[in-house]
Amino acid sequence: MTDAATRGGVLLGYRRETADPPYLHEDYLATRTRSPGHPLVPQPHTLSEVTGPVYGHERVVELDHDLTRRHAGEPLGERIILHGRVLDGDGRPMRNTLIELWQANAAGRYRHDADRHPAPLDPNFSGGGRTVTDDDGRYRFITVKPGAYPWRNHDNAWRAAHIHLSLFGPAFATRLVTQTYFPGDPLFSQDPIFQSVRDERDRRRMISSFDLGETVPEWALAYSFDVVLRGRESTPVEA
Amino acid sequence: MTLPTPSQTVGPFFSIGLPVTDPELVPPASEGAIRVSGTVYDGEGQTVDDALLEIWQANGAGRYDHPEDDREEAPLRDGFRGFGRGETDEQGRFAFVTVKPGAVPAPDGGVQAPHILVSVFARGLLKRLATRIYFPEEMAANEADPVLCAVDPQRRGTLVAVADGPRAYRFDVRLQGEGETVFFDL
Repeated sequence: MTDAATRGGVLLGYRRETADPPYLHEDYLATRTRSPGHPLVPQPHTLSEVTGPVYGHERVVELDHDLTRRHAGEPLGERIILHGRVLDGDGRPMRNTLIELWQANAAGRYRHDADRHPAPLDPNFSGGGRTVTDDDGRYRFITVKPGAYPWRNHDNAWRAAHIHLSLFGPAFATRLVTQTYFPGDPLFSQDPIFQSVRDERDRRRMISSFDLGETVPEWALAYSFDVVLRGRESTPVEA
Repeated sequence: MTLPTPSQTVGPFFSIGLPVTDPELVPPASEGAIRVSGTVYDGEGQTVDDALLEIWQANGAGRYDHPEDDREEAPLRDGFRGFGRGETDEQGRFAFVTVKPGAVPAPDGGVQAPHILVSVFARGLLKRLATRIYFPEEMAANEADPVLCAVDPQRRGTLVAVADGPRAYRFDVRLQGEGETVFFDL
């Protein structure tokens, strides 16, 4: 194994501390029947977990990052740039890592058979995109701001506007699927998926920042959002 | 040090952004191809028709296609990446076509029995569930496997696939309740 993977010939795992929500969050009804009842079994990282699918540029074609240019016309809604960096816990850039993204359209409707929200589909918006981070860990998507949408979890339940993000990072252990939200959303207080993250400071880390400096005059507003993946341990895995 | 960004559910509409292009890691008719299929159940025994599964595994020689596995004694094989992505159908079923992985090193210098890593994502899962698929014919290797050995013997069987015809295995995932699959804290 390469030097990065070992210290003194012993495997280095990934850090275990997370800000993740619990599996069971009663207010989010679907967790009641889908969360495991047994505690997770602790497992030292092995070669299997410190490796993982390394997908980069071969998975991405030219306009994959631009959700507004996939169809004959432009989608309706507020055009935005969503950009940021992918970092590890020590602030090091995660280079050449695939980010996959999906979202509702500006009316809060997903282009999916299971979405029955009676809001219009947009013939010029599919809602999926992908890109790869550059050498500084930077990414940039062009899309429209998604609308809030109703989801029947509780009486008059609406999800706060959000964009789903999926990242691999360098290893099976660093896999992350998350959502990014928009600043000042009045729906935060009643969205149990957002609220499932227990610490308020950690919830804030899922909210993008309005970024005037990256807006393009006469064309698009911008939001910045950095994603942090698990960093590497500095001491070897206990065998 | 900054904690990782919190995990959130993939929700029901993940297929818009996570195209399921890889349930077949090798062509079904190719030499050594195996089929691993199963059903995902929730805590009420209902099938889960909106789950996403990803697998990660070594090739038949036990080599991972990853820069941190550079063991020359276990060669890479052309075109085999070791990653697969599949989703459950209306009956909660998924299926992958792949090769049986070889044994891979354990941190203590020993070996791990052949296994496939699995991530389960779904609406109602605020973070992925990670598990492993072991092979039923590898009884001796499984008994010596350090990860399996750390699991309560009563529950270990949930990690071992069942032979399901020639070159086919069945591996059901039970998210909660009786026969709950063992999930790992990575």
